[in-house]
Formats: sequence, C-alpha cells, structure tokens
Amino acid sequence: MDEIDLRILAALQESFPVVERPFMELAEGLGIEEDDLIRRVSRLKELGLIRRIGPILDLRRLGMSGVLVAMKVSPEDADRVSSVVNEYDEVSHNYLRPNDSGYNLWFTISAPAERVDEIISEVKRRSRCEMLVLPTIRIFKIGVKFDII
Amino acid sequence: MCQEMDPTDLALLRALQDGIPIGPRPFRELGERLGLDEGAVISRLRALRESGVVRRFAATIGHRALGIVANAMIVWKVEGEIERIGGIMASFEEVTHCYQRATCDEWPYNLYTVVHSRSREECEEIASRISEATGVKEYRILFSEREYKKTSARI
Repeated sequence: MDEIDLRILAALQESFPVVERPFMELAEGLGIEEDDLIRRVSRLKELGLIRRIGPILDLRRLGMSGVLVAMKVSPEDADRVSSVVNEYDEVSHNYLRPNDSGYNLWFTISAPAERVDEIISEVKRRSRCEMLVLPTIRIFKIGVKFDII
Repeated sequence: MCQEMDPTDLALLRALQDGIPIGPRPFRELGERLGLDEGAVISRLRALRESGVVRRFAATIGHRALGIVANAMIVWKVEGEIERIGGIMASFEEVTHCYQRATCDEWPYNLYTVVHSRSREECEEIASRISEATGVKEYRILFSEREYKKTSARI
C-alpha cells in the first residue's frame, strides 16, 4: 500500500459518486487515471481493505427492526452455539465477548419484527442458554468511518 | 416485508448487497443484470438516497487489514439526559456506533457504543475519556475475543 492507496480508501469511505463514470470522477479528484484507480480498487478489495462499495441502508425505513442479543454460553459450547446462531441470514454480527457478567456471546438480528421474535425463540430452544434481548430504541450514530490519513 | 417498497427498488438494493462491480460503468453493468438501463439505476439510487432509505453510498473499509484490530462494545448506564449524552458519545471519532437500547432487570445498561482501535489499552483510554466527558461512571467494556460473523444485514 502506498500513499495513493490510503488517499483512495479515505475518499471511498467518505462517499462514492452515483454517476455514469464514478471512477473517472474520483480519479480526477485524486489526480490519477481512471484505469489506474480501477486497478488499485480491485486490488484493495482482494486484500480485504475494501469490503464492499455500495449503499448503507436505513433498515428501519425498510420495515426492519433490530435487536442485540446476549447469551450465556459455556466456553466449550461457544463454537456450537455460535454456528446455530450463524445459520440465520438475519444475523449480521456475532462476537464472543467474555466478561464477568457471564453474557459472552453477542449478536445482532435485523428483520421484520415477527421474524426477529421467531429467530429469538428458535435460538433459545436450540441453544438452551440464558438470553438477554435488547431492542434498539434510538440510533445516535452508525456508519463506520476510520481515521486513515 | 417492505410492502410499501417499489419492487424494482428492492431488487436493486438486493443486487447491491455485495456491492457494485468494480469497472468503468458499474451502474450499467448492474442494470444489465436487472434489465434496467444505466440512467434508471442512477436515478433510482439517487431518489433512494434523497428519501433516506440509503443513508450513504460509500465503501466499507476492512478495518482489520488496516491494523485496527481491537473492537470493544462499551455499555453505559445513563440516568436522565440520554439524548444529550448520546450526542456527546456519538461525537467521539473513535465511536463507530452509538445506540440506545431497552434495558431489563438483569441488565441496566441503556447506551451502547462500539469503539474500534489499534489496541485494548487504547479502547480503555477512549472509554475513560467518554466517561469524563459525559459524567457517566457506570459502564462495562466488552472486548471481542472472536468474530464469528460480520456481514451487512441482508434485506
């Protein structure tokens, strides 16, 4: 990665133009050629530095509700329970976060409200673990941007 | 779900879940898959952005590859003034997500911030700065030890 790559990442996480030739527009701002930019972006994507370029949605505007779920899982059972949880496409994030409260598996579900309830009761039944269900009330901030340069 | 949503808009957003194709005319390429012309793809996406369904159109960065490997969820017990305090927490650059959530008997924490950083120590330092700025003293830092799943929510 060179300095141009870092400038590309910083520009892309800020905004991607929705125009016919977006890479040409971005390349002009960066002072490089369009085909050079496309080559670099493809490589940054292969390296995992860019996960995706696309719309970041307001899921609630799409009729979806979001909950955070915490479960008490014994360490030797964590892999099994997390694979049960991961079976659901509606689960977007799932992390092991050990701490003294005992609630160590934390995951998010985004789906229409009835589907969220259905997933919660299925996971509860299949995992037999204690569970906290923490629905979203308000979003103060979302949209991950990092300090790149 | 999405009863009120235009089916073509929904198909377009679904086609974009894994992002645009990387090439000189990404919206034309996308349109070809959906039977839409380039102009229609662009105007629909702009309208979705104006209506707020699309918050932003941008790249999601793989922070692990950037060396930002520590990820902590800090849970806060805020009494009163949650709107003001949530605003202060959200204003921290290191805070990538800030949510208010319902509580339950066993779990009194109502504000959640996610912090990404280069080390655990740095996350702890950020938590104490947030605590000082807001006056909220009761909190827990939950570091992630394993990432079992991380995707964009599917629609």
